[in-house]
Amino acid sequence: MTGEPVVVDARGLRCPIPVIRLARRAQDLDPGDLVTVWSTDPAAVHDVPAWARMRGHAIEGSVNVDAADGAFTAITVRVGG
Amino acid sequence: MSVVDPGFSPASPPPPPARVHLDAGGNARLHPLARQGLEQALTEGWAEPHRLHSESRRAAALLWGAREAVAGAVGAKTEEVHFAPSHVAALHAAVRAVTLGRRRAGTTIVSSAVERAAVLDAARFVTARAGSDARHDVVGVDGTGMVDADAFAAALTAPGVAVAALQHSNGEVGTIQPVGAMHAAARAAGVPLVVDAGAALGHAVVPEDWDVLTGDSADWGGPSGVGVLVVRRGVRFTADWPEDADSWFPGGVSVPSAFAAAVALQACADDLAAQDSRRRALVDLVRTRVPQLVPDVEMVGDPTNRLPHVVTFSCLFVDGEALVSELDRAGIAVGSGSACTSSALEPSHVLAAMGVLTHGNVRIGIDRATTREDVERFLAVLPTAVATVRGMLGVGSL
Repeated sequence: MTGEPVVVDARGLRCPIPVIRLARRAQDLDPGDLVTVWSTDPAAVHDVPAWARMRGHAIEGSVNVDAADGAFTAITVRVGG
Repeated sequence: MSVVDPGFSPASPPPPPARVHLDAGGNARLHPLARQGLEQALTEGWAEPHRLHSESRRAAALLWGAREAVAGAVGAKTEEVHFAPSHVAALHAAVRAVTLGRRRAGTTIVSSAVERAAVLDAARFVTARAGSDARHDVVGVDGTGMVDADAFAAALTAPGVAVAALQHSNGEVGTIQPVGAMHAAARAAGVPLVVDAGAALGHAVVPEDWDVLTGDSADWGGPSGVGVLVVRRGVRFTADWPEDADSWFPGGVSVPSAFAAAVALQACADDLAAQDSRRRALVDLVRTRVPQLVPDVEMVGDPTNRLPHVVTFSCLFVDGEALVSELDRAGIAVGSGSACTSSALEPSHVLAAMGVLTHGNVRIGIDRATTREDVERFLAVLPTAVATVRGMLGVGSL
């Protein structure tokens, strides 16, 4: 189990690309690892949890980040076994 | 002796296969009797219905007959039935006028999270204008799209509720709502309940558990451009628009269209049970076969407590609008609640509220002209269409 989550930067991409990028990254991770996706797509806040449910991953948290170069949502997923 | 023109070549291409229309939600093909009724009413009821001469009186009589027929179909009095220029207009008017009529009771509007956009938009509009006390209390749904009945009933008993809105059933996912129990709770709380039956009238038996009811002609095979609003006597309302001889919908509606809409609704009632079982079998076919044919599909909506003619599913890692275009190229029209590439920025609020995948969404509405062959053709084309769209995004073995 690692500490810092891996980040997938999917800002500016429309659905279903953020979920696809996230899924591709999660494939290489071990059960228990954390991965965070950054997204500006309004669908991602619904589709990342739905994907996690379908694939047996868990949502650890979701925060809205107000960055200098634009707001985005950061959703952290714990990879399931 | 056969004469063969040397210049003749059998070049006329074979006719393209007939289109398969599976997007009947609010968009059904015209019922054959609606077409007949429309022609009859264009001949006999073309005149403006408010004048004193015979032509006008004939149109007025047809309009009254149409109201009478709708009243009979929904369990209302004729004078309680009003025709609107659209279903959206009917919902807007209901929310606006009943909220204003109940201003002494309060300004809060209660609704489920999965009401039609017209209800949610009207609620936002009304509460924004009513001032800082006004609230729109949105009650959530479970994973099947069914409203949280305890939370809805509790919201009704809060102080200051002007009106509540709950659909009979959801037109996007088919799930039927507990309107009977919620109408009893609303009555106990003294709150009028607006029931949007826009996805149900003509397809399902709609119980008489409502104070205000709306319907959509184009959904049951009547002409487009006709909505229905039924307001029970005793429901307080105040128009927040200018006075007119047609007080609910200023300027009135097309008499021939309203007449044809009523004819179609009556015709639907005549073979409701047969159409129910026929279309339910087609929906069950889709619900069973799609998960077998396509990997990573989520069927959406309640599996049994549902409308007979609506079926929805979402495909993981699929751009829903690209899939609609791919199916369209194959000759098949479907709907989608996804918003991946279109100008719509937000995906379906219904799918979002349910917590199901919003991308890769396919929404099917089966009308009375849809055949088993149509559905079989869709099922034959779907796996390739999904694979093509997934391939474009490089989704391998995710």
